[in-house]
Amino acid sequence: MNLDIFAIRPEATPGAVARTPTKIAARHLDFYYGRFQALKDINLEIAERRVTAFIGPSGCGKSTLLRTLNRMYSLYPGQRAVGEIVFNGRNILEAGVDLNTLRAKIGMVFQKPTPFPMSIYDNIAFGVRLYESLSPREMDERVEWALTKAAMWDEAKNKLKQSGMALSGGQQQRLCIARAVAVKPEVLLLDEPTSALDPISTAKIEELISELKSDYTIAIVTHNMQQAARVSDYTAYMYLGELIEFGATDELFLKPRRRETEDYITGRFG
Amino acid sequence: MNEHTSKQFDAEMEAIRSGVLAMGGLVETQFRRAVEALRIPGDVDIVTLVASDEQAINRMQMDIDQQCSQIIAKRQPAAIDLRMILTVVKIVNELERIGDEIKKIAYKAQQMQRPERLTTVRVHVITRAAGLAEENLQLALDAFARLDVNAAATVISNDEAIDAAFLAILRQLISYMMEDPRTITPALEIVFIAKSIERIGDHAKNIAEDVVHVVKGKDVRHATAEQIRAELAE
Repeated sequence: MNLDIFAIRPEATPGAVARTPTKIAARHLDFYYGRFQALKDINLEIAERRVTAFIGPSGCGKSTLLRTLNRMYSLYPGQRAVGEIVFNGRNILEAGVDLNTLRAKIGMVFQKPTPFPMSIYDNIAFGVRLYESLSPREMDERVEWALTKAAMWDEAKNKLKQSGMALSGGQQQRLCIARAVAVKPEVLLLDEPTSALDPISTAKIEELISELKSDYTIAIVTHNMQQAARVSDYTAYMYLGELIEFGATDELFLKPRRRETEDYITGRFG
Repeated sequence: MNEHTSKQFDAEMEAIRSGVLAMGGLVETQFRRAVEALRIPGDVDIVTLVASDEQAINRMQMDIDQQCSQIIAKRQPAAIDLRMILTVVKIVNELERIGDEIKKIAYKAQQMQRPERLTTVRVHVITRAAGLAEENLQLALDAFARLDVNAAATVISNDEAIDAAFLAILRQLISYMMEDPRTITPALEIVFIAKSIERIGDHAKNIAEDVVHVVKGKDVRHATAEQIRAELAE
């Protein structure tokens, strides 16, 4: 397969977003689960303060790619990435990268809401305490700020001492987003953040994503193509570990360049 | 194009596509009848037939629009499916308007059948222009049926000949009218007919532009024939 075109930056198109600086660049990225190669020579650039969506059928490597971007995979033995992921001018795959600092800069939210078994307040404060020592008043402000960012403050302000586990699924997910935002990251990675949620909670999260992108670079993996079309500025279609097409979302969902992409987004797959 | 994973989706897309072709077939028949009405004086039945089939064309438009709305609501189509559905909605609109123009031609033809008003004024030039428009409409519908962008490009460039024929008719009639004011009334009737034919040509051209949009994803409305050829060569 001809890989040249994959290295192309997404082109700005009339009506689409203007070209923005690159926040994260993957270059010749391969990824292995033991001997199985899950990503094959991925080249792409994630634009700053834009939403980049990864779509593709199950097992195509989209979640794997997301997990390489903050080295979440390093938690597991036998998983390794080869190539480069350049973030703020540095290849984060190199030895010697401080993973805690990296993950504070590149936060992640998972498919199933994962609140800690503690109060709403402490869910937010827990991560902040790892990186910063704030006075109680500063911490109160940070918690309010993070919950406000995640569109949760009004719902949560009167029950900050209640357990985060007592919230609804949608609220729990927004709490997790607040928790990720609280440590002031630069990038948010969202791994199917709404697949366990009802349509109204999903709409709230999507609304939140479009608000957050004015401050953060966001990469989202989703099984819901309409969601990718709605929330993202750029979309990457992956199949069997390869990046098949990457471009402006407005173009990709109307006139994809590649037949494989067209087949997938129109439901002609398999 | 591969099949959808959902066979029902395929069936729905095929239904709107064949609906357009059935509607196009009826419009073509109507057009032939209206042109016949121009040639054969005194045939009132043709006009009645054209009028009743025009109703059928209107109903087909509403049916197909409804089916398209259903697919959009249920399937959230993307890419070529979305372009196809948007195009079908536009094409049935073009066909409905062609139906309206045909009805106008048929009514005017009936008026012209009164012997005192029927002059020798150039009925055969009209039928020639009508023949060009008819051929181009047929080619546009063929281009849609086969999703053939080259045929579509031919339709778009052929339309210039129809426009030229209209202007020629106009010039000719103006000179008649200047020479003999008694020809003004029948000449104006012919102008209206020629204008309807010219409009049908425009609608056929719009259909061809829509076909290019389905296949290439490019909006070639308001482009010249040469620009379109250049786009298609890419």
